[in-house]
Amino acid sequence: METVLFILFGAIAVCGAIMVVTRKHPMASALYLILTLFAVAALFVLRQAHFLAAIQVIIYAGAVVVLFIFVIMLINVPEDRLPVERATTMRVLGVLAAGFFILESAVLARRFWMPIGPVAEVGTVEAVGRALFTDYLLAFEITSVLLLAAVIGAIALAKRKI
Amino acid sequence: MTGPLFDITVAVARIAVFFAFCFGLVVVMTWVERKGAAYIQDRRGPNRADIFGIRAWGLFHPLADALKFLFKEDFIPDNAHRLFYQMAPMFSLAPAILGIAVIPFGPDVTVMGRTVALQIADLNVGILYLFAVSGMTVYGVVLGGWASGSKYPLLGGLRSSAQMLSYEVSMGLSLIGIFMVFESVRMSQIVAGQGGLLFGVVPKWGVLVQPLGFILFLVAQYAEANRTPFDMPESESELVAGYHTEYASFKFSMFMMAEYLHMVVGAAVVATLFFGGWQFPYLGDAGFLFPGGFAVAMPPALVLLLRIGAFVAKVLFFAWLYVWVRWTVPRFRYDQVMRLGWKVMLPLSLLNIFVTGLTLLLLKK
Amino acid sequence: MAGFLATVDFSNPYFAVLVLLVIALAMSVGFVLLSQALGPKRYDRIKYGVYECGVDPITPAAVRVSVKFYLVAILFILFDLETTFLYPWAVLFRSLGWFGFIEMAVFVGILLVGLVYAWKKGALEWQ
Repeated sequence: METVLFILFGAIAVCGAIMVVTRKHPMASALYLILTLFAVAALFVLRQAHFLAAIQVIIYAGAVVVLFIFVIMLINVPEDRLPVERATTMRVLGVLAAGFFILESAVLARRFWMPIGPVAEVGTVEAVGRALFTDYLLAFEITSVLLLAAVIGAIALAKRKI
Repeated sequence: MTGPLFDITVAVARIAVFFAFCFGLVVVMTWVERKGAAYIQDRRGPNRADIFGIRAWGLFHPLADALKFLFKEDFIPDNAHRLFYQMAPMFSLAPAILGIAVIPFGPDVTVMGRTVALQIADLNVGILYLFAVSGMTVYGVVLGGWASGSKYPLLGGLRSSAQMLSYEVSMGLSLIGIFMVFESVRMSQIVAGQGGLLFGVVPKWGVLVQPLGFILFLVAQYAEANRTPFDMPESESELVAGYHTEYASFKFSMFMMAEYLHMVVGAAVVATLFFGGWQFPYLGDAGFLFPGGFAVAMPPALVLLLRIGAFVAKVLFFAWLYVWVRWTVPRFRYDQVMRLGWKVMLPLSLLNIFVTGLTLLLLKK
Repeated sequence: MAGFLATVDFSNPYFAVLVLLVIALAMSVGFVLLSQALGPKRYDRIKYGVYECGVDPITPAAVRVSVKFYLVAILFILFDLETTFLYPWAVLFRSLGWFGFIEMAVFVGILLVGLVYAWKKGALEWQ
């Protein structure tokens, strides 16, 4: 059952991701991005990373994509003036290279395959917190500086128009 | 019954029961809203719809409304973006339905020798799941406003989405204190934690250990649900009907259903986190046990009934509170809403966390 | 099939969430289709036009949105992130003790600088 669901949500995630880059309308891309993020959250749940799944949806699907949609509305290009992306040689080559890269990673992953047993109790809120506030304390504190930089950056960028 | 069959039956039965309760309450709430408004404004309210001459205080009005919405013309404005316009009500309703999953509506019961929790899904991420799914509602609002291809919906959608984002922060922060006190984000554990007594006298309900948190959460929730005094999207004197101005027929009623479902779930969450959920004051597993040592023994069935009754009563009260507040408090101006969210609620909820932390640490010594 | 069903853990709470997800999707899609199938369809230019209190619109609705909303969204992401760090911290608060308290005070303190900056720069003002 878990394998079936894993393949199902994995396929949804991949298809959604492909749609994100191929859709003409940016709003459609944003909605497909939500779908992809949800599918990835489902994959997290299947790997017992429950807290990560919840955070994935809260932060990425609930906050970051909202920002994207605001930007799409901010720019608001009329539909007939959306840029048409052509399949140039470089782009085709790029897609091919990406495909090879994915294939290669898959081969490598198979080579160093490690059977992952049921990971018990590492994905709960408590377990994540315990790791975060003891072993990874410095990284956690540095995050706050990063967030501060983001606040100041955003205000500095928008300041001209407020 | 064998193992898997039993599990399926339990899962489906729990969903069916709580789903029916929530949707039944949604239907009743549309009636309560109008009837309550009428009584507060000294009117009679809806009382015309009848079945075979039985009027039942206008209780058939929600039914008539639903049928009317179903058979209304379902049109897509020429100017709208067809696909996104259709998707917006789905984005509104689906998260609202998903939200009912984590609310415990009763204590654990023993069925055929197995313990069954009266909760659709006792997830260990608990309330975070609710935050995750209810965070999706904002897309219904933004998409509905944007895809309608009209100015009022666009402005209404933007305003209310920015408002929902602003208050989502304080909503999350105001609950941190509760998590600190009960040491869990799991709903069932928070309810279990509220079964004890504070100083051996009063029930250890969330509202008593987190009074400021309760007020902040309640306010944030009203703002999240876009209810008065924060009903910016539908400030009808300014923006007609906000983001769903261009919606008609059942698509409009899907937005309404989502709003009422949010109210019901919101009421249930307040009851669960701050008012003990299904806990009945001084009622233990074997019957009443009052602080003075006075005890009344009771059969388990009666205890179960009292507890579920307590949960329903609390939910009904907080659902009614939404209506009460709506017809009592005037609407804020938009800049006031945003100022309250960022400059009052946010600092206050951080202060609440600070004070809670300090108190807990000092009490421990 | 029976062998497949035996691998399903129906008592897993996420199974119930999956069922509820299916119900939610079916209901939201179903209602939209149902309402389209049942209602009458009579075209009318005024009815299908933009709602502007009966007056023909003079400008297209594609107005550009104020950059303020963008700023609110960014601030929301940042404080939402802060909140997500607070969840595991709150759950573990008692076992972390004073150490955890100071840890989080530093974290929130640095972020508060950002809030004060936004406040002073007028990013939270709405006219």
